[in-house]
Amino acid sequence: MPPYRRHRWLTLLPLVLAACGGPFPQSALHPESDYARSLDALFHGIFWWAVLVFVLVESLLLFILLRYRQRAGAATPKPTHGHTVLEIAWTLAPALILVFIAVPTMRTIFATQQPPAFNALRIEVIGHQWWWEYRYPAAGIVTANELHVPVGRPVDLEISTADVIHSFWAPGLGGKRDLIPGHVNRITFTAESIGTFTGQCAEFCGESHANMRLRVAVESDSAFRAWLAGQGGLGRLAAKGSVEEKGRDAFRRYGCIACHTVTGVSAGVIGPNLTHVGSRTPIAAGVLPNTAEALARWIGDPPGVKPGARMPKLPMAPADLTALVAYLQSLK
Amino acid sequence: MSATKGWRSWLTTTDHKRIGLLYFWTAFVFFLIGGLEALIIRAQLARPGNTVVSAETFNQLFTMHGTTMVFLALMPLSAAFFNYIVPLQIGARDVAFPRLNAFSYWVFVLGGLLLNASWLLPHHPAPDAGWFGYANLTSREFSPGPNIDFWLLGLQILGVASLAAGFNFIVTILNLRAPGMKMMRLPVFSWMTLVTSFLIITAFPVITVALVLLMFDRFFGTHFYLTSAGGDPVLWQHLFWIFGHPEVYILILPAMGIVSEVLPTFARKPLFGYTVVVYSGVLIGFMGWGVWSHHMFSVGLGPIADSVFSATTMLIAVPTGVKIFNWLATLWGGQIRATSALHFAVGFIALFTIGGLSGVMHASPPADLQQTDTYFVVAHIHYVLFGGTVFGLFAGMYYWWPKMTGRLLGERLGKLHFWLMFVGMNLAFFPMHFIGLLGMPRRIYTYAPELGVAKLNLVSTVGAFLIGASILVFLINVWRTRKRGKVAGNDPWGGATLEWTIPSPPPPHNFDVIPTVASRLPRWSMTQLTAIPEGAELGKPHAPAGSWWPLVAACGLPVLALAPLTHTLWVAFLGAAILITGIYRWAFEPFEV
Repeated sequence: MPPYRRHRWLTLLPLVLAACGGPFPQSALHPESDYARSLDALFHGIFWWAVLVFVLVESLLLFILLRYRQRAGAATPKPTHGHTVLEIAWTLAPALILVFIAVPTMRTIFATQQPPAFNALRIEVIGHQWWWEYRYPAAGIVTANELHVPVGRPVDLEISTADVIHSFWAPGLGGKRDLIPGHVNRITFTAESIGTFTGQCAEFCGESHANMRLRVAVESDSAFRAWLAGQGGLGRLAAKGSVEEKGRDAFRRYGCIACHTVTGVSAGVIGPNLTHVGSRTPIAAGVLPNTAEALARWIGDPPGVKPGARMPKLPMAPADLTALVAYLQSLK
Repeated sequence: MSATKGWRSWLTTTDHKRIGLLYFWTAFVFFLIGGLEALIIRAQLARPGNTVVSAETFNQLFTMHGTTMVFLALMPLSAAFFNYIVPLQIGARDVAFPRLNAFSYWVFVLGGLLLNASWLLPHHPAPDAGWFGYANLTSREFSPGPNIDFWLLGLQILGVASLAAGFNFIVTILNLRAPGMKMMRLPVFSWMTLVTSFLIITAFPVITVALVLLMFDRFFGTHFYLTSAGGDPVLWQHLFWIFGHPEVYILILPAMGIVSEVLPTFARKPLFGYTVVVYSGVLIGFMGWGVWSHHMFSVGLGPIADSVFSATTMLIAVPTGVKIFNWLATLWGGQIRATSALHFAVGFIALFTIGGLSGVMHASPPADLQQTDTYFVVAHIHYVLFGGTVFGLFAGMYYWWPKMTGRLLGERLGKLHFWLMFVGMNLAFFPMHFIGLLGMPRRIYTYAPELGVAKLNLVSTVGAFLIGASILVFLINVWRTRKRGKVAGNDPWGGATLEWTIPSPPPPHNFDVIPTVASRLPRWSMTQLTAIPEGAELGKPHAPAGSWWPLVAACGLPVLALAPLTHTLWVAFLGAAILITGIYRWAFEPFEV
């Protein structure tokens, strides 16, 4: 096959992508916040410039390959060594295109790194191997893995890490930012539509980097307030003699209290705060759904679900496991 | 000692051509190993939740794939051509320091073996923190095993090899050019070798310092990268990328040089705008120093730093674009012979353009914040380093194979190789642009089916295996033509540069008479170049003897590395003793025949 047919298959690509369907819950191409939208607008501008140059260069290449194929008996080509005007032209043309990319780039850089608005909701994001801790200092709430934010209000994420470098990335709400030891970074955005957005750690952070996923629930103002109210206070008390109480005892006996906080029961700070773990949608940093079955699987063998997980696999009597699962699920 | 037969002669050789062949085959074996690692990675990612390998093994695979391809495959494959071709192109009988050249090779082999030895130990403690080894994940606290030790010691050793080679080629190109070969008559491949060598000798000291600090942190309890005593992990990122970005140009410039040789030969036209192509190569080399923080836009360096590094990064696209246009203009109006070498050179232009354009996309920091550390960047680097460097290197292989072996590679299999690799490459890497934009980060051993990228990943895996098949075709081609291939003669292609004036493969001393060069394209402007002037005194050509001492000295380095790995002091003394003995004996060895 002669080289000029090389790009024919490229035309099939959009079809291939369409056949792959969707939905794409973690797509960077579906912005749902002011921040994500400004990045997306910039990307689209650059994308079309790139398409223009791509089409130009590749079609020129194809044309040349077609037009100047060796023909029998043709004379030796004219030995041109250069052409000053042409060369200046194709130095200036890309430089000019780059100006059209650079100006909006600089604007967006400064626009997206402004100090947070006065009414911004401040949330501390702390990365751990391999889960996310969220603190709402104004409300005195500590939770994990599932971030709740209100729609239409500026949010100011203050991000840092407890161990190695991670990167917070919820593509629908904006670009990523690294969590670096000794540094406090910031992401500010205003979510524009209600819904659940997924994301995950984007900086390689060790064995279970792939399992450090996150979820952001963007809620109406009232739903967000209700959620905040529900997250405060003590963990739900277990009724005397109930299976939940047996679970709470197991929670103490198996040493879970050493790492986990359940307000009123324990004060561990190594693992996620579990005071309201029953109210979360996913568990284990978004790897498993919050069902009794998945919870039992997770507690039964944490490193089996999340390789390298700090939570050990404990020999646990089946009855204790069932009770523990019931207890944790009751912590709404 | 100056034997040319038997395995001993290969251990002691100082002939740049034989060292070139050693470099080539060693690097090609590492290329196959790195490729195998890539195929296992792609098998694991073929569908969500796959269990071909464990998380730990996967992390080792992508770390070693990157490290192997950069340091053990692509750089030394370029070095193979530096070694074999540059002295021939500039009309020299060897490199400036033939024994140092042998030393470079042996250090490279031993460093590569040390790195890969980690696979063979119990529990295979291969490096697992990525080829970029970000602190503080590489600290003792978070990486207690010997994995990172293998990585940092292996890279230290490889740095020695690169530095020695860099100095050697700078001196060779500056001092050993044939009479009349002014700098602006130097073939572009030799020019790019010179620029690359300068980048090597300036960039490798930076990674060396970074690795020394890491070594101190890991072995002696210092805190250069640890916040606990005032250090900062971001320091590593700056040092690594101050090395790492010039390294990208170390990988691509030689391939650009090859393309600049292949296109004129097969278009039967001189390179369009030689001066501009050379200067833009030099400019890329310089500007490569001012862009490192574009690897760090997500670090949060602030809007000023982001803007500055964004601007410098966009600027570097200008000389790169100029090269593309000059290559197109070289083909324009030519008589293009569609040989395998030309296929690969044209493939370079087509694919590198895509890599360059996606590069401009993440030169814009806000856009990059959605792209960095995702498969979008994986797509970008593979369009640059596979579509660019690997295609360029294969163009060089098909082009110079006859010079190196005396026989041509088969053209039919060559074109089959090209098309399989071209289709495979685009299937493997083009979908990655979408995979990344749809939200899949890189370096993850598994992904959720909900991301909706399973089919795209499967396509990518199919493409990767097609690339694997194309490499098999190349090896079959090599095997089949090793005895039965068309005999090359001096000049099978009608090339313009000096290497085509001498037999294939060249005699040990290369040139019976050192040619006097009067033009940029000596073969095309004066065909009587090889004729020995009447009454010329031929004399006895310089034929360097072999030496054991470069090999002995090189052996000292991995022994030195074993000391920290095994925590044994006397091993360190042993290694130092071997190294010093080797260098001492080498210094006092009579070298001329």
